[in-house]
Amino acid sequence: MVKTSKYFIHPYIPNSVPEIREEMLKEIGVNSVEELFTDIPEEIKLKKELNIPNSISENQIKDFIELTLSKNITASEIPTFLGAGCWPHYIPAVVNEIVNRSELKTSYTPYQPETSQGLLQALFEYQSLICELTGMDYANCSLYDWSTSLGESARMVTRITRKNEFIVPHFINPERLATLMTYAEPVGIKIVQTKQNKITGQTDLTDLEKKLSNDTAGVYLENPSYLGYYELGVETISEIAHKHDALFVIGVDPISLGILEPPSNYGADIVIGEGQPLGNEMNYGGPLLGIFGCRGEKLLRQMPGRIVGMTTTIKEAHRAYCMVLQTREQHIRREKATSNICSNEALCAIATATYLSLLGPIGLRNLCETIITKSHYAMKKLNDIKGIKAPLIEAQHFKEFTINFNETGKKVEEVHKKLLKYGIHGGKILKHDFAELGETALYCFTEIHSQQDIDKLVETIEKVLR
Amino acid sequence: MEYKQASWNEPTIFEISKKGKIGCLPTKPTSAESKLVGDATKFVPNELLRKKLNLPQLSEVEVLRHYIRLSQQNFGVDSGMYPLGSCTMKYNPKICDVIANSKKIQDLHPLQDVSLTQGILKILYDLSMYLAEITGMQKFSLQPAAGAHGEFVGAMIIRAYHKYNNDLEKRNEIIIPDSAHGTNPASANMAGFNVVVIPSEKSGRIDIKALESTTNEHTAGLMLTNPNTLGIFDKDIIRISEIIHSVGGLLYYDGANLNALLGEVRPGDMGFDIVHLNMHKTFATPHGGGGPGAGPVGVVKGLENFLPVPTVEFNGKKYYLDHKKSQSIGKVRSFYGNISVLLKAYTYILCLGKEGLKNVAEISVLNANYVARKLLKNTHYEIPFYPNKIIKHEFVLSAKKIFEETGINAMDLSKRLLDYGYHPPTVYFPQIVNEAMMIEPTETESKEQLDKFIETLIRIGEESYSNSQKLKDSPGNTSVGRIDEVKASSPKTLCLSWKMRKEKGLDF
Repeated sequence: MVKTSKYFIHPYIPNSVPEIREEMLKEIGVNSVEELFTDIPEEIKLKKELNIPNSISENQIKDFIELTLSKNITASEIPTFLGAGCWPHYIPAVVNEIVNRSELKTSYTPYQPETSQGLLQALFEYQSLICELTGMDYANCSLYDWSTSLGESARMVTRITRKNEFIVPHFINPERLATLMTYAEPVGIKIVQTKQNKITGQTDLTDLEKKLSNDTAGVYLENPSYLGYYELGVETISEIAHKHDALFVIGVDPISLGILEPPSNYGADIVIGEGQPLGNEMNYGGPLLGIFGCRGEKLLRQMPGRIVGMTTTIKEAHRAYCMVLQTREQHIRREKATSNICSNEALCAIATATYLSLLGPIGLRNLCETIITKSHYAMKKLNDIKGIKAPLIEAQHFKEFTINFNETGKKVEEVHKKLLKYGIHGGKILKHDFAELGETALYCFTEIHSQQDIDKLVETIEKVLR
Repeated sequence: MEYKQASWNEPTIFEISKKGKIGCLPTKPTSAESKLVGDATKFVPNELLRKKLNLPQLSEVEVLRHYIRLSQQNFGVDSGMYPLGSCTMKYNPKICDVIANSKKIQDLHPLQDVSLTQGILKILYDLSMYLAEITGMQKFSLQPAAGAHGEFVGAMIIRAYHKYNNDLEKRNEIIIPDSAHGTNPASANMAGFNVVVIPSEKSGRIDIKALESTTNEHTAGLMLTNPNTLGIFDKDIIRISEIIHSVGGLLYYDGANLNALLGEVRPGDMGFDIVHLNMHKTFATPHGGGGPGAGPVGVVKGLENFLPVPTVEFNGKKYYLDHKKSQSIGKVRSFYGNISVLLKAYTYILCLGKEGLKNVAEISVLNANYVARKLLKNTHYEIPFYPNKIIKHEFVLSAKKIFEETGINAMDLSKRLLDYGYHPPTVYFPQIVNEAMMIEPTETESKEQLDKFIETLIRIGEESYSNSQKLKDSPGNTSVGRIDEVKASSPKTLCLSWKMRKEKGLDF
């Protein structure tokens, strides 16, 4: 007869079986597991049970958590036009297959390269693909996200130039700016914002020249900008920055590089960005994928993060891969390291490598054309609505643009609330961060938005404005 | 057991590319969309229109096979025992992945109205409460993306606290023991502090006299892992806490080794003020070969207002995100954290329950003591730091004797372990042990597996004497043999991208 044990035996903990436990205790030479905890002073030991639910079956847990998650209404359940740092894009099935391969998923950082060649090669390919996309010479195998990449880039350029000012644009994602501030403050980096034209969005070159000084370590610009439009003066800005011996840092939504020139072509020394749109789920905003690439030997030893290199085996000189330049890193340099980065977003980087390999140059270019067609279809239709100005910023745009409701006599929050009632989620409201833009929101359109979704948005906005 | 890893000699994705192929067709616009808009390229300024893009071109099956083959040349916890000390490479329950792969979380945008995200907000709120209960802290932020990111956040909280007290100028030092993980000093430095290193005393614990003489009005805080990287619980922790607090400093707990203490003793009860935890260690979320992880940070009462914004709150009816915290250290990343990782950790906690969590600590300690005691019976190895023959969840084995007598070092031994299908322990760390091999079996390995591992360690110890060349030549069963890491980092042969390889004309 099969008898149920009165002891608590968990599926993940084989040695909790009493007989096994006894045998092991005997081998150790103690009478009880408690004896193994006698090195902990009695007065600090926990005298109560943790206030956490009792263990339940896997079946029950699945039901319970799925019930909680069912309260979420996702962006695929109602048409949602949010971007602003996290973007909905289609993820090919092959990407999911690869990131769920448990040999990759359940491994640690590849400290033992001989048994981690698969992961290392995939990361080397990720770095290589990022270099092709951005035009940089080398890239690390990921940071946490675009925001922390920006923080690390500011620290890096000040270390290299030994100067302490970092210039950023006025129209920047407020989350990104806030993160930069957190990273900059302890090392005394001064963040200076340049003016951008309220109508065209373009960087005010006179103001930039005025703010550049002998203290400027770096100039940072985003292209496309946070508000979705292209900066046209990038080459001139690069020249101005370099004239002052400042490094030029460019932030990108990398999917746009399927149709845009790589930032290397207009003088970027460092390219950072958000890799999430390249094959990673939105996941309520995390994990994301911080892109970080650079150009020129001078910068290499100051770059933060893990880097994988191609090399050979010692004996047969077979091609092989391992982590390189570790003398920059915390486990060797300790407090003198270029960064404290240890765990990064390796598996997200592999998703991105798979994604870029699947689409290739033609797929990525076609995808960009679809995105532009969709966003401009929406733009034209929305701009035709009486009182709406779309885009508010008079420039050319990629997948996001500003919609202004000033002339409709309605507040942007009111429009937003009414849209939600009709089962549509509008874009990000901008007025709290950029008051000068008035009743404006930032809308995002990608290949996942069907024409019906867009038409429904247009009709519903017409309805709520009536 | 014979082990042989796949060895495909797989070229790079660039080398198997053929012009014209495609692995995924992107969506096309509808004819109505195209008709209204026309040629999309005319909306890109001429000077920004891309002329060349060298991405590989492959069919779908070619891309799939390429990365499947690469995955077969990799070793994870699902492949075999992975006793990598201080990394807590335990079994990653599959139910956690199933739940995190739900469309109900993957398709959620972080800026959605909170009325649409009550499910995930409840989970995040409950998780932060569970972590607070487990550690004895008052409140948690789930935002940090990794352990080191959590350390940075923690060090920034120490900074903000002293700044709030108008005391920061004077308090510019963080004390860190010499056995600490390298991220501790790096994180303290990132937060603008000077690092003061104190030595361990003979038993591996903090030298209290050295601590007393180092602590003064400049002390901002002390960062400590307990049990430490030697697997030793510092029983003087109450005294240490008194010393640090008596001069106005804060005590920071590096949660790398919390696995040994779940349900037994809590950092808050030891006197710690700030804690970071590694979801990818103690809470069994897959580490993904280097992330994504998650490194939540908890604080005691009085420090809540310094946590990064936003925090997840509950007003009795609704969950919401609170962006207004006047003393907050600010934003530390985009949005709210590595949510899918946190969801896995939440699932894990529910799977274990309070009884299971305590069992994790007990059995991880039982397993480590079992392996240590059995290995000690073998004369090849030593455990230099082993006070009263009790350790917690891990211990540091020394192969010093083998090295002195045969020339075989910890690196050779670890490479030979690969041939037997084990991931080696953490080697050459902590630096205070010669020929160190830090072993953490975790609670998820069976006694049978532990016995095999012990046998293998003993066998390769013997091989060092009988057939040392075999060890020098190892590994032979992995997808490649020993790697030239010097060449990999030398300026001339340094190859960090496919593009760099072409430009440098490298021939490997």
